[in-house]
Amino acid sequence: MGVGIQVTNLNAWYGTNHTLLDINLHIPANQATALIGPSGCGKSTFVRCLNRMHETNPIAKVSGSVQIGEVDIYADASPVEIRRRIGMVFQRPNPFPTMSIYDNVASGLRLNGFRNRRVLDETVERSLKHAALWDEVKNDLKKKSGASLSGGQQQRLCIARALAVDPEVLLMDEPASALDPVSTAKIEDLIFQLKSQYTIVIVTHNMQQAARVAERTGFFLNGKLVEFDSTHKIFTNPGDKRTEDYITGRFG
Amino acid sequence: MNFKIQDVRVPAPSDAPLHASPDALSVALPAGSGEPSAIRKFLLGRGSSAMADKGFGWLMLLCAFSIFGIVALIATELILRSQMTISKFGLKFFFDSAWDPVNGNFGALPFVYGTLMSSLVALVIAVPLAVGVSIFITEMCPGFLRGPLSFLTELLAAIPSVVYGLWAVFILVPLLREHVDPILMRVLGWSGLFVAPDFGVHMLSAGVILSIMILPIISSLTREVMTSVPHSQREAVLALGATRWEMIRMGVLRNARIGIVGSIILGLGRALGETIAVTMVIGNNPQIVKNLLAPGYSMASVIANEFSEASDDMYRSALIEIGLALFIVTIIVNALARILVWAVTRGAPARVA
Amino acid sequence: MTQTKFSAANRFRRTVVNHLASGLAVLSTILVVAPLIAIFIYLLYKGASSLNLAFFTQAPKPVGESGGGMANAILGSGILLIIGSLLGVPIGIAAGIFLAEYGRGSKLANIVRFTADVLNGVPSIVMGIAIYSLIVLPQKHFSALSGGIALGIMMIPTITRTTEEMLLMVPHAVREAALGLGVPTWRAVLSITLRTASPGVITGCMLAFARVAGETAPLLFTAFGNNFWSANLNEPIAALPLQIYVYALSPYDEWHRLAWAGSLVLIVLIVVSVSLVRYVTTRGVLKGAS
Repeated sequence: MGVGIQVTNLNAWYGTNHTLLDINLHIPANQATALIGPSGCGKSTFVRCLNRMHETNPIAKVSGSVQIGEVDIYADASPVEIRRRIGMVFQRPNPFPTMSIYDNVASGLRLNGFRNRRVLDETVERSLKHAALWDEVKNDLKKKSGASLSGGQQQRLCIARALAVDPEVLLMDEPASALDPVSTAKIEDLIFQLKSQYTIVIVTHNMQQAARVAERTGFFLNGKLVEFDSTHKIFTNPGDKRTEDYITGRFG
Repeated sequence: MNFKIQDVRVPAPSDAPLHASPDALSVALPAGSGEPSAIRKFLLGRGSSAMADKGFGWLMLLCAFSIFGIVALIATELILRSQMTISKFGLKFFFDSAWDPVNGNFGALPFVYGTLMSSLVALVIAVPLAVGVSIFITEMCPGFLRGPLSFLTELLAAIPSVVYGLWAVFILVPLLREHVDPILMRVLGWSGLFVAPDFGVHMLSAGVILSIMILPIISSLTREVMTSVPHSQREAVLALGATRWEMIRMGVLRNARIGIVGSIILGLGRALGETIAVTMVIGNNPQIVKNLLAPGYSMASVIANEFSEASDDMYRSALIEIGLALFIVTIIVNALARILVWAVTRGAPARVA
Repeated sequence: MTQTKFSAANRFRRTVVNHLASGLAVLSTILVVAPLIAIFIYLLYKGASSLNLAFFTQAPKPVGESGGGMANAILGSGILLIIGSLLGVPIGIAAGIFLAEYGRGSKLANIVRFTADVLNGVPSIVMGIAIYSLIVLPQKHFSALSGGIALGIMMIPTITRTTEEMLLMVPHAVREAALGLGVPTWRAVLSITLRTASPGVITGCMLAFARVAGETAPLLFTAFGNNFWSANLNEPIAALPLQIYVYALSPYDEWHRLAWAGSLVLIVLIVVSVSLVRYVTTRGVLKGAS
């Protein structure tokens, strides 16, 4: 089951560039939370701070605290342990090119030393079903490479791969921005179904998408969280002039 | 608030999925709330593996640094083991032409001369050919020939030096002695470079076999440099009504010339250190004569021939000092070549005023 | 009027020069390809006629007796190459991993890269005397081990540089995917990045292998050569290139024939590996990675 996320005084830097300024918010469990804003506003950096991917860049720095469930991810555990509890889906589909579909989904478990064949088989099937890809690939799980699928299928494969490690939180960094409309619709359906079991944080530059899938929406601008509220409130009655400008398209 | 919201549909909190697929919801979910699933329990127990990561990183660093260590070790070993002759003869070692191990006289000039002369001959033959081949492959060759031709030149680079030597001893040397040397003596005898007596194994045969061996290096790098010349340069020259040759000369060769010089120097580096094939055909006679049809000796060859019979320490030290000199010269030559090639292929200004 | 005449003559001259230059380019291509073909023809002609079963099963016979083969040298080369690969492949790949995954852009990486180029340019005869001074002299005897080490060291720079290049071609997104799953760095590097780049890395290893398989000079004062069967790592050992070298310079026709046969075997080995490498690289096995 998903857990809530409490972010307190989060700051992030790339080199001398201060990309996140004093972010405070609470992301509720088992809901989808959308983060919107113009490109370069810090929304991607923000989700990458939630599973400590931000620090894989050697010039990146971070301060503040992020509490996921009971765990303060910057104080209580190593990045590797944190990333095992938090799934991430990236902007461009990135299946492992040399692996079959099966191996891709099983990779998170296998590469962490999990060997039980029976559980692996079950997990791969369940994850692919969760990612609504099972019916399309069940006949050539081990024959086809992950890279041979279409873009939309690849992205669902990546979602299945993230689900296979049974995460508590699922982070999605513009998961549909590289996909066609039909594939995008499928991903959105998926988010709808998954949020009953996982806490989902989705970054998007597409406001309609945020409105369709998320209970709560946050608006980022220039590294600051301008407004965070229920999606309904943000899109019908925003409290801040800048939010209003952005969602009505009067921006920049 | 009275602004309008366009195209944004807001689902009511109880909204059903937009395109619900019946399959996904009927799937059994992981173990219910509270109790973590088997997979989660397993992953939680895996630890941080920080130690393994750190160890792996250090191991990679160690291996990388071992390359530096090996080169340093080679250098110190060569310097230490040649101390004896360095302190006894100093720089005079390389300017003295008396090589007389029996009486303890060691002068490396004949070998230096042989190495430089055979490499020079090799360059004179190989450079025009290599540039010609590169022009043919990059600018003129029909597409279907390009692959096989570059593969053939690659193969030329992969043939071991001892096989070149074998071929040179039994095919090239007789061929030169019977058909090429007489013509050279007749036509160019006046220059003093080609005069009788002809021994068959001589400086020229060493130069020819070296030229075949360094051709692939020069031509593959020249090709690389020439293809890196932007297409716009060619078009600019062609647009002025130039013929193909003028386009190649002005649009390609002029822009690539520093890189080509770099590739020639790299070929020189290979020629200076080449051992086996040269040893088999150069004649192994430490003398300094202008005649290319007389036997000579090179630095690498003298090491190959005499090192295992070098009985006393001074003799061995002299040979190791020759090796040290080769080592230093090839480092300088290679570094120079890399800098030149790098300057062109990295898109730095191709022309240095 | 004179103007037109001049430009007509000029155009004629330019056309002639153009054709002349093209002709020279074609001629030089022929001159380059000719020796290669000549070498192969002679190898096949002289080598194939001396190849027989005995060549692959027997050690050399003493001077005067006909027959015999180079089986001991083939075995010796195999042993030397195994020692060389055991040393050169892991160190070369590890150093390549360091350059691509850990040292990107750092000063240390530049030093390592430059010394790898230096090592690549060290003349093989110099490598021979260096290993002689480092291993043979202290041990007081020639050995297979010292020869294998010399070959291994010569393999390292080629493997390191190709490994680095191939790892850099692996998209960053693939690395991120692995780290995002909570896979430890070492595991991500070995099982994901290196595995994705493996066709290219194997190519580099094969190239290095083919290059040292034909080396003679570094073995002269290390492996030294041996006319008899030996698999003892602490004794002198025969090697195919060494045997060819000695036989080619001998005065006996029988030995010359064996030298040609040995060269043919060596060349076939090398051509097969180079062709394999070319097949793998032009097939673009890495394309799936983009």
